[in-house]
Amino acid sequence: MNTPLMHYLVWPLVKFLIAFIIVQVLVAAMNWIERRLLGLFQARLGPNRVGYKGLLQIIADPVKFLLKEDIVPASAEKVAYFLGPILPLIPAFIVFCLIPFGPPPTFTVTRVNVGLLLILALTSTGVYGIILGGWASNNKYSLMGGLRSAAQMVSYEVPFGLSIVGVLMICGSLDLVTIVRYQETNAWNFLPQIVACFIFLVAMNAENNRTPFDLPEAESELVAGYHTEYSAMKFAFFMLAEFSMMIVNSCLMVTLFFGGWTLGMFGIGLTTDVLRHMGMFGGILGTLIFVTKVMLFMLIYVWFRATFPRFRFDQLMDLGWKWMIPLALGNIFVTAIFILAGQERLMYWIGIVSIGLAAMYLFKPKPKRAAAPGKVAHAS
Amino acid sequence: MANYSVLLIAALIVISVPVLTLFIITPLIRASRPGKVKLEPYECGIAPTSTAFDHRFSVRYFLIAVLFIVFDVETVFLFPWAIRFKQLGWFGAAEMAVFLAILLVGYFYAWRRKVLSWV
Repeated sequence: MNTPLMHYLVWPLVKFLIAFIIVQVLVAAMNWIERRLLGLFQARLGPNRVGYKGLLQIIADPVKFLLKEDIVPASAEKVAYFLGPILPLIPAFIVFCLIPFGPPPTFTVTRVNVGLLLILALTSTGVYGIILGGWASNNKYSLMGGLRSAAQMVSYEVPFGLSIVGVLMICGSLDLVTIVRYQETNAWNFLPQIVACFIFLVAMNAENNRTPFDLPEAESELVAGYHTEYSAMKFAFFMLAEFSMMIVNSCLMVTLFFGGWTLGMFGIGLTTDVLRHMGMFGGILGTLIFVTKVMLFMLIYVWFRATFPRFRFDQLMDLGWKWMIPLALGNIFVTAIFILAGQERLMYWIGIVSIGLAAMYLFKPKPKRAAAPGKVAHAS
Repeated sequence: MANYSVLLIAALIVISVPVLTLFIITPLIRASRPGKVKLEPYECGIAPTSTAFDHRFSVRYFLIAVLFIVFDVETVFLFPWAIRFKQLGWFGAAEMAVFLAILLVGYFYAWRRKVLSWV
C-alpha cells in the first residue's frame, strides 16, 4: 500500500479534501460568528431565529443562495462576468495544500521548499477576479469599486511582502515547516519582529478589503462596489473567496509569527518533538492548537470591523505608501544590523518592552472625567 | 515535482466546484423571471445614460500600478537575499544597501512629484 503513487498523490489529495471541507465549515461558521459578534458589539442580538441561537443560519444561507434568482445584466461582458467570481476562488482554495496544519509529515498536505513564495504568488492573483468582475458588470459603481480594490490590494501587497523579509532573515528558509521549527527552538517571531507583525496585521486587513479598509465596497459611496451586479451563487462565491483568504492570511500570520502548531518557546513546552512522541493524539492536538490560533485572528478581524471607522481613500494610500513601506524597510535595516552584530537575543527584549508599553497604554487607569456643566453626576 | 502535481490536481478539483454549481446545479433549481428593467445595471435606480466600458478614470491608478511593479520586483529580489543573509554577512548587507539606496532615490522622487499623495 506504500507505493510512490499513494505516498505522493493519493494521501495528499485525501488530506487536501479533508482540509477543504473543514475550511468550508469554518467559512460558513465564521459568517455566523461574525454576525453574532457584531450584534454583541453593537448591543443588539444578531441572527437568532433559525435553530438554537441561530446556528442553523450556517445551512440556511447557502440554501438560499442556491435558490435565489441569478440576474445577469443584459449589457454585461458575459465571459469576463462569469470568470469574475470563479477566478479568486481557485487560489484561495488550493493554498490550503501548502499550509502546515500540524506536525509533518502526517498533518501537512504537501511540503514544498518554496512554500511561502508560492503562497504569496497564488494569493496575489485574487485581484484579477475582482477587477474583471467590476469591469465586466458594465456598471460605473462596480468599475470604481474594482479599480479601487485593485489599487488598494496592489499597494498593500508591497508592505505585506516586505514584512515577511525580516522573518526570512531570522529563519533562513521559505519552507513553512522549517520556519515553525525554528520558532519552537528560539522565540516566536512576533518577539524579534514586533514591527513586522504589526505591518503584517494591517496589510492583511487591507488585502482582504476588511472594514477599516473596505473602500471597494463602501456602501455609502459605491452601492456595493465590485459585486453590485452579482446575485445568488455568484455573490456567494465572492464572499467565499474573501472568507477563505481571511483564513489563509490568519494561517500565515500564525505560521510566520505565532509558532504554528506548537505551544512552546526555547524548546520548552509542546514542541514538535513532544507532539510526535504522543503519536496520532499529539498530531491532532497540534492541529487543534493551530486552528485555535487561527480562529483568534479571525476574531481580531471582526473586532477591527466593529472598532474602526472606514478610512478615506487618500488616507488609505498615504498609510500604505508613505508609512507602511518606509516602516517595513526600516524594520529590515534594523533586523540586519542586529543579526550582523550577533545580538539576536536583544531583539526579543525590544519586542517584550514594546508589548509591555502597549499594554501599559491600553490598561492605564483612565483619568476621572469632570462632570459636564449643567449635568449632575449620578450618585452611586 | 510530485509535490507540485498535487497542487495541479487540487486546482482541477477546486475548479469543478464553482463550475458544477453555476452551470449545472443552480440552473435546475433556481427561480428565473427576467425582465427588461431587472436586467439593467443597478446605478441607484436611475437609468444608465452610457456604458461603463468607455467610462474614464483617474490616471493615478496607472501610476500606482507602475510603482507596484517596481516595488514588487524589489520584494522578490529581497527574498533570496534574506534567506542567505546569515551566510552572506556584511558584504551581502552592503550590496543590498546599495540596491535599496538606488531604489529609494526613485521612491523619494515619486514622493516629491506627488505620485504617492492622492488628492
